[in-house]
Amino acid sequence: MSSQMLVVNGIAFVAIFSALMVVFHRNPMMSVVFLIVNLICIALFFLLLQAQFLFAIQIIIYAGAIMVLFVFVVMLLNLRQEEKLHPTWKIQRILAFLGGPLLVGALWTALWHRSPSSEGFPGSFVSGFGSTEDMGRLLFSDYLFQFEAASVLLVVAMIGAVILARRKES
Amino acid sequence: MEPSTLSLAIESLVKVVFVVGLVMGGVTYMTWVERRVAGIVQDRLGPNRVGPAGLLQPIADGIKFLFKEDVVPPHVYKPLYILAPALSFVPSLVGTAVIPFGDSLHLFGRDIALRVADLNVGILFIFAMSAMGVYGIALAGWSSNNKYSLMGGLRSSAQLISYELAMGLSVVGVLMAAGSLRLNEIVAAQGEFRWNLWYQPLGALVFLVAAFAETNRAPFDLPECESELVAGYHTEYSSMKFAMFMMAEYANMITASALMVTLFFGGWQVPGLARLSLPPLAVSLVQVAAFLLKTGFFLFLYVWVRWTLPRFRFDQLMGLGWKALLPLAVLNIFWTSWAILSGWL
Amino acid sequence: MMTSFLPLVAAVLFSIGAVGVLVRRNAIVILMCIELMLNAVNLTFASYSYELRSMTGHIFIFFVMTVAAAEAAVGLGIVIAVFRKRQSADVDEMNLMKW
Repeated sequence: MSSQMLVVNGIAFVAIFSALMVVFHRNPMMSVVFLIVNLICIALFFLLLQAQFLFAIQIIIYAGAIMVLFVFVVMLLNLRQEEKLHPTWKIQRILAFLGGPLLVGALWTALWHRSPSSEGFPGSFVSGFGSTEDMGRLLFSDYLFQFEAASVLLVVAMIGAVILARRKES
Repeated sequence: MEPSTLSLAIESLVKVVFVVGLVMGGVTYMTWVERRVAGIVQDRLGPNRVGPAGLLQPIADGIKFLFKEDVVPPHVYKPLYILAPALSFVPSLVGTAVIPFGDSLHLFGRDIALRVADLNVGILFIFAMSAMGVYGIALAGWSSNNKYSLMGGLRSSAQLISYELAMGLSVVGVLMAAGSLRLNEIVAAQGEFRWNLWYQPLGALVFLVAAFAETNRAPFDLPECESELVAGYHTEYSSMKFAMFMMAEYANMITASALMVTLFFGGWQVPGLARLSLPPLAVSLVQVAAFLLKTGFFLFLYVWVRWTLPRFRFDQLMGLGWKALLPLAVLNIFWTSWAILSGWL
Repeated sequence: MMTSFLPLVAAVLFSIGAVGVLVRRNAIVILMCIELMLNAVNLTFASYSYELRSMTGHIFIFFVMTVAAAEAAVGLGIVIAVFRKRQSADVDEMNLMKW
């Protein structure tokens, strides 16, 4: 196994382990910490896939800002050890545990049966693939409308979050 | 391993040892600098008994910390309690990996670039590491299971993420002027005389203030002073874990000073050096020395400002970050774009 | 080889997130599992973008991240508002509108 595949397998193992811990750990703050680990693993995958700008952005925004939001909420709501994972064996939970592997199987089947794109598709990379300059050029030319729409979305979300979390003066 | 990979590995290892050694040595001796300068500012002598001029004081402090009892209170949440100091310290150390401390050096028949790693998203990597540094404090505050720690951690994290914005925006002007995210290209674009400080003074000021706030230092050290007055996020920590928080703060200071020098003060550039036509090895050494001197000046500035200015109240602090620095940083972007478009820059 | 392995990893992460949404009762953990699913999708986009040498995947990832940030902020705002009223973040207890 080449050294690159060794690294990829190692990171994949950590990513899947931390994802399992996010779902199955009782303490919500530990779930947050494991999700941060998972997001960093995804960022490392981005780096391996020549997406350097996305690597940096994933850590700054996802692992560094969105997860801080989660940490704040868990701190403010002061959630401690909680929730036995299975107080009521509702049918939904049983079906979920059975459906998980089924979903994985379905997705894997779909991936195996996709139309084969030959390995010699466009070939080598344009220099600057995945770089900030490339992303910037695309965002401000081909995808300008989407970019502006995303900024409107962020303003709306900001206003919404502030209104929702504001203490009602009564 | 092929010879070229092996030589690359050895070169990287030497650079890593050099940079980490420099940062750790800096962290240790910043405590001495802090206490001596505090003494000068307050018209008294600082520690001057242990060794000549007190230079062995940090060693004595380190030994004291090692021998202190490491109390782990029973009510803390142990996994995060033990992880938090490391989580605070590691990002600041990793952030120094992309900072160039000199131009390339010709040794042993190869071109050695004087930085540990050359990422083409260099400056974004440093922002990523400073974003990760928030967690050490937030998790320390939460895991201590203590009202005061929680509030201290919450306040400090809020401060850090607020000033991250102003810091990032103030750097956008530098990126526009240099046209690249790589730190050594930013330094090279500044040339010997055209430092970004002259062309973007507002950006430099915003970055300086934001850097002070990001490192929890100087007038923005409410989370730290809470530990002097009431409590703070490191109230439940003792011995080496507490020392690690302090080391993390100094390491953050060193990274922020080095970044300030790289972005606005020409990095390793020395004005007028090209005209002297020294041999290349001497040129590199002078440039490295210049970089270290400039970083040292900013570290001194950190300590000087801390012991001179009174600290901000928390609402004043947040108001400054959101209502003053953010608009000023945006103004700096407008100014820089105008300057570039009119051919000035 | 990497591009055939990574979508499989992403599929596993997506399923773990989906199971998490269905199994957990804490609203915040459910939101985190949704983030997990979004990241799995991002990983798939990145690996196909690498394989097809196209930057479209990267643009998609950028917008997915933006929308995820907005959604996380608003979702957490809702959780805080509900928690203030009912002192609980347990979704099983939010059954006022149940038939």
